[in-house]
Amino acid sequence: MAVVIIGGGQGGFQTAASLRAEGYQERITLIGDEPGVPYQRPPLSKGFLLGKQEQRHAELRPAAFYEMQRITLVKGRVAAIDRASRRVALDSGDHIQYDTLVLATGARNRQLSHEGVAYENVLYLRTLGEAAEIRQRLEAANDVVVIGGGFIGLEVAAAARTLSKQVTVIEAQERLMARVVAPVVSEYFRIEHEAKGVDVLLNATLRGIGEKEVLLGERTRRPADLVIAGIGVVPNVELAIEAGLPAGNGITVDKYLRTPDERIYAIGDCAECPSLFAETCVRLESVQNAVDQATCVAKAIVGHSAPYAAVPWFWTDQYDIHLQMAGLPAGFDHVVTRGNPETRKFSVFYFRGERLCAVDSVNRPADHLAARKLIGARTALNPDQAMDEDFDLKTALN
Amino acid sequence: MPKITYISDAGVSRTIDVPVGDTVMEGAVQNGVDGIVAECGGNCQCATCHVYVEEKFLPLLDPIGEDQDAMLDTTASPRKSNSRLSCQIHVKPELDGLVVHTPPTQQ
Repeated sequence: MAVVIIGGGQGGFQTAASLRAEGYQERITLIGDEPGVPYQRPPLSKGFLLGKQEQRHAELRPAAFYEMQRITLVKGRVAAIDRASRRVALDSGDHIQYDTLVLATGARNRQLSHEGVAYENVLYLRTLGEAAEIRQRLEAANDVVVIGGGFIGLEVAAAARTLSKQVTVIEAQERLMARVVAPVVSEYFRIEHEAKGVDVLLNATLRGIGEKEVLLGERTRRPADLVIAGIGVVPNVELAIEAGLPAGNGITVDKYLRTPDERIYAIGDCAECPSLFAETCVRLESVQNAVDQATCVAKAIVGHSAPYAAVPWFWTDQYDIHLQMAGLPAGFDHVVTRGNPETRKFSVFYFRGERLCAVDSVNRPADHLAARKLIGARTALNPDQAMDEDFDLKTALN
Repeated sequence: MPKITYISDAGVSRTIDVPVGDTVMEGAVQNGVDGIVAECGGNCQCATCHVYVEEKFLPLLDPIGEDQDAMLDTTASPRKSNSRLSCQIHVKPELDGLVVHTPPTQQ
């Protein structure tokens, strides 16, 4: 018996660690294409850029952990999966046999396709190596242009501004984080970034990139010592497709996170699965999703199979603002706000019909934790209760 | 380096040198101390690095922040007055000799 895990990110690591925690005794091989031991990505766009955290703080476990737990770390890229003979082929020419295969291949950054993107001042942030380069290049930079007003872009903007750089954020949509939060939250973050001195350009079209500048709209130029693009990711589904497994916006898995090949699972950023919290299949990019799916698959491998049912949650830290999100707002038809954005502490409750489907909390951690439970238990909560700060959310759970 | 002692629910004790500035959680995870899971990686998001701090050290700790306070209400083992999230305890010279007890379960 042997488990092979492709992908050494948060999900791959957690699968291996949870298998051992569940008592799995056979061979575990974790294949990753980055140097070093598996690490967590959230600090890379936050404390790491500010120099508050170093590489060792990002590492999930020290090297000795893998030896002690008999988890073999293999450095390399997988060239192909041979499902008939149950082997993965590495670029090096080696083969590894599996009984169960877990695809935790993650995602890669979407690349800009504009003129000038080959300039060496254009950077992306996903890996520790990329974060280290941005951190080093920020030292000498004065003007920083961030392309994309999503989580990564805004976290980088906040870090660069905290380091006293001149920062411009270029967002194509009419508001920040438009894909994931309600307008009231977008507006709150625009005001906060602008108050810190960030130039936030909405509905802005990037036309091209010059050696030390970016070109916007008609003849508008912005100086740019450094251009950092955070314009989303593309799931790594190619290996699965080449092995004849179905994939859409992610490798297709059932509610047990299994592909149609019962020996192969897919988890984390690369997997698209049915969700109890959405009306369609979803592919989520988050630590929570990677960790909980890994744990679910580890249990299934040791014989305790159960449908994946964890409540999705996310977070982003920008300056001293802590935004925590629970549930999935997709398809919401109305929102109510608890608390006042002007106090810098408020939560937004998203309803789909009668049902509470998501809650975003700004500096209100107790609301967030209550929301995880309310959404998980499918508790009935009406908008009036949600808005009423005298109504204790926890009492709704009883 | 300050020495931090971790005592498991079963009474197994380990003492580790933890660099100033690191957290008590990091000291545990980097040295393979069982009983601290730290699923979220130290971001005050998951309450799986819960510890009980020996009473005499409590006055040396920073006050419990709002995030930690909310998170402590969700721990898998009962919250007590000396409950803390170890990812929120930054090691400083005065904490040399700190003793924390890990709870029976974190999840």
